[in-house]
Amino acid sequence: MTERSLTFTLNGQPREAKVDPRVHLGDFLRHSLGLTGTHIGCEHGVCGACTVIVDGSPVRSCLMLAVQIDDCTVETVESLGKPGDLSPLQQAFAANHGLQCGFCTPGMLMTLEAFLRTTPAPTEEDVRIAISGNICRCTGYQGIVQATLDTASTKANRT
Amino acid sequence: MKAPPFQYHRPQTREELGTLLSSLENAKILAGGQSLMPMMNLRVLAPDHLIDINRIPGLAGIRETPEGIEIGAMTRQADILSSDVVKARLPLLSRALEHVGHIQTRARGTIGGSCCHLDPSAEQPAMCAILDAEFIVTRPDGHRIVPASEWFEGLLQSALGEQEFLEAIRIKPWAKGHGYGFAEYARRHGDFAIAGGAALIEASKDGRITRAALLSFGIEASPRRLSDAEAALIDQPIGKLDLEPAVAAARALDAMEDVHVTPDYRRHLAGVLIRRALNEACTTLERQP
Amino acid sequence: MSGRFFGAAVTRVEDARLLTGTGHYVDDIELPGMLHAAFVRASFAHGRIRSIDKRDALAMPGVVAIYTMDDFADIAQGPMPPMAPHPLLKTPITYHPLSDTEVRHVGEAIAIVLADSRANAEDAAAAVILDVEYLPTVSDVALAHEANSPTAHSQHASNIAATMKAGFGDCARIFAKADHVLTEQFDIHRGGCHAMECRGVVANIDLLTDALTISTSSQSPYMVRRHLAAYLDRDENGIRVMTPDVGGGFGPKANVYAEEFAVALSTIKIRRPVKWIEDRQEHFVATTQQRGQIWSIDVAFDNNGRMRAIRGHCIHDNGAYAPYGLILPATAIASFPGPYALEALDLTVDVVLTNLVPTSPVRGACRPNVAFLLERLADRIARHLGMDRQDVRQRSFVKAEQMPYTTGLKARDGSPISYDSGDYTGALNLVLDKIAAKDFEARRKESKQRGKLRGLGIASCVEDTGIGPFEGASIRVTPAGKVIVATGASSQGQGHRTAFAQIAADALGVELEDVTVETADTAKFPLGISTIASRIAVTAGSSVQLAAHKVRAKAITFASHQLEVDEHDLELEGGAVRVKGIADMKIKLSEIARALAGSTGVPLPGNMEPDLAATAYFNSNALTFAYGANACEVEVDPETGDVRVVRYVVVHDCGKLINPLIVDGQIRGGVVHGIGNALFERMIYDEQGQPLTTTYGDYFLPMASEMPPIEIHHMETPSPRNPIGVKGAGEGGTIPAAACVISAVEDALGPNGPFIPVHPISPQQVVQWLKATR
Repeated sequence: MTERSLTFTLNGQPREAKVDPRVHLGDFLRHSLGLTGTHIGCEHGVCGACTVIVDGSPVRSCLMLAVQIDDCTVETVESLGKPGDLSPLQQAFAANHGLQCGFCTPGMLMTLEAFLRTTPAPTEEDVRIAISGNICRCTGYQGIVQATLDTASTKANRT
Repeated sequence: MKAPPFQYHRPQTREELGTLLSSLENAKILAGGQSLMPMMNLRVLAPDHLIDINRIPGLAGIRETPEGIEIGAMTRQADILSSDVVKARLPLLSRALEHVGHIQTRARGTIGGSCCHLDPSAEQPAMCAILDAEFIVTRPDGHRIVPASEWFEGLLQSALGEQEFLEAIRIKPWAKGHGYGFAEYARRHGDFAIAGGAALIEASKDGRITRAALLSFGIEASPRRLSDAEAALIDQPIGKLDLEPAVAAARALDAMEDVHVTPDYRRHLAGVLIRRALNEACTTLERQP
Repeated sequence: MSGRFFGAAVTRVEDARLLTGTGHYVDDIELPGMLHAAFVRASFAHGRIRSIDKRDALAMPGVVAIYTMDDFADIAQGPMPPMAPHPLLKTPITYHPLSDTEVRHVGEAIAIVLADSRANAEDAAAAVILDVEYLPTVSDVALAHEANSPTAHSQHASNIAATMKAGFGDCARIFAKADHVLTEQFDIHRGGCHAMECRGVVANIDLLTDALTISTSSQSPYMVRRHLAAYLDRDENGIRVMTPDVGGGFGPKANVYAEEFAVALSTIKIRRPVKWIEDRQEHFVATTQQRGQIWSIDVAFDNNGRMRAIRGHCIHDNGAYAPYGLILPATAIASFPGPYALEALDLTVDVVLTNLVPTSPVRGACRPNVAFLLERLADRIARHLGMDRQDVRQRSFVKAEQMPYTTGLKARDGSPISYDSGDYTGALNLVLDKIAAKDFEARRKESKQRGKLRGLGIASCVEDTGIGPFEGASIRVTPAGKVIVATGASSQGQGHRTAFAQIAADALGVELEDVTVETADTAKFPLGISTIASRIAVTAGSSVQLAAHKVRAKAITFASHQLEVDEHDLELEGGAVRVKGIADMKIKLSEIARALAGSTGVPLPGNMEPDLAATAYFNSNALTFAYGANACEVEVDPETGDVRVVRYVVVHDCGKLINPLIVDGQIRGGVVHGIGNALFERMIYDEQGQPLTTTYGDYFLPMASEMPPIEIHHMETPSPRNPIGVKGAGEGGTIPAAACVISAVEDALGPNGPFIPVHPISPQQVVQWLKATR
């Protein structure tokens, strides 16, 4: 299989890479670039664990080929806070026990990160629908929903 | 599972696309990828060639033209959903799009992709059917216009020829203030609907229906207009509509069976949902003063 | 037991890593020279393999080797050892690492392909050609139970692998004299597991010593080591098994799997690291599934609604194998009599083999089934007698003053089972109060005005937790003053590191961040059992407490020597042993650790044992019994049959809470799992054993958009059976949830509606029921 060259911006940094066109974006991020924060849960576009942000929109990275990010901007969970310096949404996840095993978490975070940029003051119903394409088997979702609402209201109070 | 191997092509122009379509065997067009990619990852489909049309300029976008609103085939569902033009002039399409997938799939999924894939329960082709959309198709020797009534050729089968691609979808909006209604039932938000119904109405100043369109989808292999029931609505007074012909027509459809649902239940839902859609259309109708 | 950290809702120490993408799951492991495995799996449910042609596949790009069972002849052969032998299972019914000749369900592994990438391995797996003699298939457990059924294993005369019996009291006498007897049939559907991380294994071999290192997404790393060592005829010392971060377990990952063995055998054979990551399609056909059972129940009760005796027969769908012995059907028996003070019980469970994926415990094992039977029966009795549902329960429950209550059933060692503590009536009253049951009719009316049928459901449960024999922990204070806790208990998201750190930090007077907890690495702690059956807080939690107290005692002894102060006058605080009331008379733990680490030629004070460290095991010899009462409200759309759970309230007693944040999370997740069982999750097979719902578009997992907020209230009755007073909490959310939801749906359908003895229910069924009601 002929590899193709691509250039893109990943978490704020310009990058170049070569990739076999059959590789989907999730596998490319994980296994070619070593960014293992993005997780692969179903590979048929339903579970949402592999969600990353491409050109500002949340997408399922198992349903995009890596070659398709040529000239695009990609954000993964690694672009959010670091241990010891968590982003407000990450802090709210911890405070509300919005994660247990952590496997769906990066996909939840990236979905909600993108969602909150366009919907800064969501209702509970809005949040539940926003993550209706992300499966969590551990939490029952409530902590995730509350974390999102808390993040939005904290931000609203600050500004 | 990983997709089987394929040759990847990324045409930059319509001409390149046309050349690829006329020269390649067992090729598939990759639009938003939200149906094609899962089928490839599940190894249900194994095309030898994948033609990615995401970089062809001008295939995406929403334009108002004298002939109607033209939505480029590569326009993402998220962009249609947030379009003020669509909200104002094609409110039924906006309303239906809220039920299409999830924010991640709407960010990539395109109206053209959905209308070429033609899942029987897909909302977008169904809305094209009730809105009498025109499908603008590009072919080696130019364009052709396919009316919605001729677009649906069967289960997962559109009228698109092998060397053709869908350029845009053109929809003539209904009169300002028209009534629109949409109802579907899916087990979970964003799932493929088990069944759905939609209705459009226009009315005279004295509150009588002057124009109507009714549609059931998810019931048969393709969305179905309920033409006789549409005709029966004409001249009926809003508020005292006889809904039964529409319900009866929906319930008389030749409903599909699947592992979850019997034809009987699907027909039952078809009746329930067309009634809801029609009732909603009556409430969204802006009464002329 | 409570302290600065024990009992506090502290945020989890795990979270910072997991939230920033720096968790470490098995698929994150990359090793030099590593090969990627894909399995050739059966596309048919029952057949004999005549031959396997791998020539074309071997020639494909990137393919390094393709092995079948024969290829491992120089290493090991034969079926895998049973994880839980049972006297009723005369011959173990376990997999081979790769199927030897007869394949017994769709998805069974037949060959393993090793290639330079997973994609290439999958391409080659699809090109392996099988010549198969198809055999008669049985996929329906009721048919499999019949005498003339085809058998799931061609060499068996019957599909009944074992018949388990249990009971107490004189059923015949009570049934003969009871005021009322009712008979009901129940059909509880099997479902999948669906941890969001599928299974996965990476095996590596040390080319000098032949030692194996295995990382596996498992609940039972020590069982993997033990059984693999037995199978390979090696010493356990030559096999290191560890679990990295595990993306959810919920039961099925407690099994030792054929794929774990096949990957290990491949690594030994090819002498390179091998990685296999289960994909979701494999998960649907090769990971064990949930609790399908058909029950026929007779219940005897008196005029005032008191449930007196139950006779039950169960057809238990065990699937094609019994890798986990009879553990799953045994949990059905162990769940009786629930909160009900029965005078007599007579149970027969036929464990039946079918040509489907095996079943094994999934969150709650068969406890949710029994909660469903008992709670549905209580509702049934109430309806039969025209009584309130709660009155039947209150008259039938074990009373708080009867605790400890001997149920009549016997444990595996023959000892009588007794409930340690609890107030079942109190829990039910509390949950009815919290959901405002007395105002329910007003809410029903309000829903009716919106065209919806509202129903109130109730369900209670008792859960045996903390099953033995033991877990253990070692605690060591390093010369830097850091506390290292190592335990054999593996974690799949339960927050063990936080909970154990809370216990250790309190005992040793240090901060939470001074404690590091290492879980489930056989090289770091010698023994472990499994993270199953809501047992880790009781077993491992208690062992951490015991080990920490040993370390504490040692530190005090040392300080007593050095400071020449009586041990009773010393306490641990601020990372030091200090004299009570004299803040600056102290020795830091780091200094004690350094001193006890020894210096050449310097004797240790008081001839103490070296190292500020200790190991302890907690033998959990008697179960502790958590319990709960749930109430929920549903709205039914009478036109579509859609059921929406709109309110859900839990009253739960799991003894002392180590961390309320974590316990509430366990309960919420468990309830949603149970709602999935009640309304959504249906694993459909055709008559030929072909699975028909193998994507998340067809197999409906509960999503945020349909789930209610869940309100939780705790009663904290400490267990007298362990040093920290805890009971398990991992499954108590799931156990009564399906029963509670179905109770509410039945209530919504009204007094002329049906008795609902099945789940999951579908909107289609609801519409049919309503039609029949009219």
